[in-house]
Amino acid sequence: MYDKLWLIPFFPLLGAVINGLLGKKIKNEKVIGAIATLAVAASFGVSCYYFFNMPGANGGQHYAENIVATWMSVGDLQIEWGFLLDPLSAIMLLVVTGVGSLIHLYSIGYMHGEEGFYRYFSYLNLFVFSMLMLVLGNNALVMFVGWEGVGLCSYLLIGYYFHKKSASDAAKKAFVVNRIGDFGFLIGLFLLYWSLPVGSRSINFMEIAQNAHLLEAGGIVVTVITLCFFLGATGKSAQIPLYTWLPDAMEGPTPVSALIHAATMVTAGVYMIGRLNPLFAMAPDTMMVVAIVGAATAIFAATIGLAQNDIKRVLAYSTVSQLGYMFLAMGVGAFTAGIFHLMTHAFFKACLFLGSGSVIHAMHHALHEAHSHDDPQDMRNMGGLFRKMPITATTFWISTLAIAGFPLLSGFFSKDEILWFAFASPQGSPLLWIVGALAAGLTAFYMFRLVFMTFHGKQKTTEKARKHLHESPWVITVPLVVLALLALVGGWLGVPPLIGEIVGMANSFEHFLEPVFGGTQAVAHGTHALEWSLMGISVGIAFVGIFVAWVMYIKNPELPGKLAGSLQGAYRVIHNKWYVDEIYDATFVDATKRLGTFLWKGFDVVVVDGIVNGFGKTAHASSRALRFLQSGLVHNYALVMVLGVVVIVGFYVLR
Amino acid sequence: MTEHLLSLMTFFPILGLLVILFIPKENEGLLKGFALVVTLITFVISLPLAFNDSFKTSAAMHYKEFAQWITIGDYFQMNYHVGVDGISLWLVLLTTFIMPIAILSTWKAVDKNVKAFMALCLLLETAMLGAFVSLDLFLFYIFWELMLIPMYFLIGIWGGGNRIYAAVKFFIYTAVGSLLMLVAIIFIYYYGVRSGVALNGFNITEFYQMGIPPHIQTWLFLAFAFSFAIKVPMFPLHTWLPDAHTEAPTAGSVILAAILLKMGTYGYVRFAMPLFPDATQQFIPFLSVLAVIGIIYGALVAMMQDDVKKLVAYSSVSHLGFVMLGIFALNMQGMAGGMIQMVNHGISTGALFLIVGFIYERRHTREIKEFGGLAKTMPIFATIFMIITFSSIGLPGTNGFVGEFLILMGAFQSELRWFAVFATTGVIFAAVYMLWMFQRVMFGEVKNPANEKLKDLSAREIVMMLPLLLFVFWIGLYPNTFFEKMNPSMQQLLDQVKGQQQVAVVEKVEPRQLHGH
Repeated sequence: MYDKLWLIPFFPLLGAVINGLLGKKIKNEKVIGAIATLAVAASFGVSCYYFFNMPGANGGQHYAENIVATWMSVGDLQIEWGFLLDPLSAIMLLVVTGVGSLIHLYSIGYMHGEEGFYRYFSYLNLFVFSMLMLVLGNNALVMFVGWEGVGLCSYLLIGYYFHKKSASDAAKKAFVVNRIGDFGFLIGLFLLYWSLPVGSRSINFMEIAQNAHLLEAGGIVVTVITLCFFLGATGKSAQIPLYTWLPDAMEGPTPVSALIHAATMVTAGVYMIGRLNPLFAMAPDTMMVVAIVGAATAIFAATIGLAQNDIKRVLAYSTVSQLGYMFLAMGVGAFTAGIFHLMTHAFFKACLFLGSGSVIHAMHHALHEAHSHDDPQDMRNMGGLFRKMPITATTFWISTLAIAGFPLLSGFFSKDEILWFAFASPQGSPLLWIVGALAAGLTAFYMFRLVFMTFHGKQKTTEKARKHLHESPWVITVPLVVLALLALVGGWLGVPPLIGEIVGMANSFEHFLEPVFGGTQAVAHGTHALEWSLMGISVGIAFVGIFVAWVMYIKNPELPGKLAGSLQGAYRVIHNKWYVDEIYDATFVDATKRLGTFLWKGFDVVVVDGIVNGFGKTAHASSRALRFLQSGLVHNYALVMVLGVVVIVGFYVLR
Repeated sequence: MTEHLLSLMTFFPILGLLVILFIPKENEGLLKGFALVVTLITFVISLPLAFNDSFKTSAAMHYKEFAQWITIGDYFQMNYHVGVDGISLWLVLLTTFIMPIAILSTWKAVDKNVKAFMALCLLLETAMLGAFVSLDLFLFYIFWELMLIPMYFLIGIWGGGNRIYAAVKFFIYTAVGSLLMLVAIIFIYYYGVRSGVALNGFNITEFYQMGIPPHIQTWLFLAFAFSFAIKVPMFPLHTWLPDAHTEAPTAGSVILAAILLKMGTYGYVRFAMPLFPDATQQFIPFLSVLAVIGIIYGALVAMMQDDVKKLVAYSSVSHLGFVMLGIFALNMQGMAGGMIQMVNHGISTGALFLIVGFIYERRHTREIKEFGGLAKTMPIFATIFMIITFSSIGLPGTNGFVGEFLILMGAFQSELRWFAVFATTGVIFAAVYMLWMFQRVMFGEVKNPANEKLKDLSAREIVMMLPLLLFVFWIGLYPNTFFEKMNPSMQQLLDQVKGQQQVAVVEKVEPRQLHGH
């Protein structure tokens, strides 16, 4: 029954091929959109079927593999095109195809009338295909196919408006920065294969899990392996130091940001650590690095989010920050919590991005009608949109409350679990908790800053434009509503025992993932009282954030300007994203370019060709001296050379 | 028929050449068409090789032919001795496969002295095929030198503005290397004669068994290695390549990149390494350093080029560095990666030179800054160019990935571990220089009015690219078609180079540790 797993990635691939080859001829937007959306929906259907028929449901092994073909078979290296279904991949499948279907549907409305409509859907399907390869691969190399495949699609979709220099720059940056991470992934893979004893060498995930114990726990080998893989994760999941591509990736169409740069692709790094959890659990040093990088990214990106005015950029930094939480969770051994946050984040962040898209769509239309050249993405041009776009605004409110950690919404459960483990897991520390809780406060602030600037307060659009502002069509609002509902209640899948005891609910999410993480998951130690008070404090911090945002952007709207004025230095640094891009450009990028130029114009042209031409000149000069030998005919030279050879050989023969 | 298959295949282009001599010069269409038909028939003749399943199980030479050729006194004898095994199989097929495409690329590009051009191309094909199938070292040398002449004229007559410099540079570089090799070849022969080995010409299988003492191997290896290193080209002997490529006509560049460069790498695998196994072991660290420098150096210099063709030429230096590293890993993965990467480079870089040709024919410039925004005016071209670009970058699913992955995997499992780490940075740089170039040529607004009305690819141009695209994905997704026919010969070769015992020991025991405990 599991030999049809390949159908899951197959449908989107088929969709991509159909639209890619025939889309130009089909022309009809509805047909193109329907093909693409149904392709992903079909995958969702198959995924659901398998979700309700999981292997091992009635005992027996908890995973199933579907080997389709051999890929490479050289020496002792055997690599297959194979798929793996287990609880972890099942959850990812549902998230990717479920959220993916909604975003495809949304795109039909959002991309209406765009040039290259078919190209967009072909790429988007190709992305889903790649993401499913990444998630379903039964070995690290098939995962890597998906891993680079999503990178390719990200490149194509960020650069969708390729006539814009900023878009093609962002696309290239995304791919190159990801390649730096991929370097780590590859080295990790080579090292893993090499360090396992002959006979146990494999890159199949299930065999890696079985053979992990052959490596020395806590040893340098497993630490280096996992650090290399983690480097890969920092590239794909936009963590320090490789996060800089993600904010620029907002050049892509907004549904792309929602699907790729919020809900799915960027979480691949988290998923990869989850997949390799037997290795990571053996490397406490790596885990510490993961936790620290995660926490640092969470707060660092949050600070940048405080001072951005582009609605999508705020969400982009928020994504970087939230991914930081997930890595913090993985790093302290709370694998389930990390994956749980991955899921809830997919709900509320996809909803937020799509909501922002709905706003941009409306703004764009209105500004266009009013012949205004204002930036439709700049929140300073918005304000008071709630009345105009009630569905968008309401769903946006719900998701914002969720991400801010408002009690009993999805983000509350997942974030709270992460913070609890950050504090109470054996690998945790109060410091990690403080950073996480502070970042939660910043998150609440910048998210409500966004909500207040966009949906409340004074309307800043011109009278003329305001007339044209209206709610988006159903293809856009339906996905918003569905995602908002998930953001609202999705958290109840993973109720912490603390609350579960009161309401009589078990943590079904943790139970479901038990076969994957059961052996490696850290156990948090602490009293109920401690847990309650930590929860109380973090919720309190979040409320403070919301309150400050309310004071600054609703009650006292001239305050932010004054504040920015009096704290000019700090404001400028944050507004300019801590100048990290500039620093990278000045160091790595420029140095590489200068080195390239030097090697070319300095070494190649001067040194090597200098020697070669020098030989030529010497030969020329000496032949001028030996004019009688110079005939200028190449074959005469060759004859002389052959004669020389004969002389040399003759010497040896007759010696 | 099959007993003379290789001869028929090798000399069929020469037969065609003889006919071409009688076609009037003015009849350019017929000349081109006829040359195309000849190369196509040659390809068809070579096809039984691709479908012969006995390569999967046997490392032996297939389709062997032997005839005594020249005997001078008691000392000197050379034979016509040819055959194909898993090592040369795909290179032979690559040659017969690329040639029709190269001829097709001349349709609009070559209008000067078409007759001579076609004649030289056919002569070149015979020379290249002969070199790949030769089992007699002297015969190999003759074909090897024979390749030089047509290429010299292709660059020197049909080349760009600086063609004479480029052609002479190409000639001198290669000739210097060849002569050293010639000395070494003759030396081996007389060494054999003097040590009383019964020799049957310059038969390489007999040479393999000769057991030349290590101190003599060193010098002979150096002579061979130098000659092949120029052809590859390995850093720092690469500077003829950018000039030769930039000046050569499109067909010349395609043949040069796709096949001639493989002569160097093939020379290592077929001759330098199995003939001189001890010296090979001795020089691997040194040569691997050069290979890795080549990978990074080629990429960095490629990045800064203003001329698309030069960029592709430097990228070849980088890619061939990968091939060499894989071969020097002396294990199955590295060798398989190196061998398949030779084919890959032929396909992807051949395709890139065709692509450069397409835009050159339209704009008569190759300066990157002259372009921009072509994706809008030439969508089909954009799609194909992008696929080839990502194949060159080594995206999984394309051919480039399979080669690079196996090379790096192989190098990592060998003594060349740290080399592999440095070489892996090449995958980052490849993305940088290719995507930057692609962006500047294809993306952005169309700023240059000359680019506004460019025609998209014609049917002929698409037909040229489609077979290449097919193999980009075939090798990328199911490379086993190729590996299974190479495996026995590669295994035998490795045994030859490493010595059987050593292989057994290294492959079977010792769990690996990163550091001694």
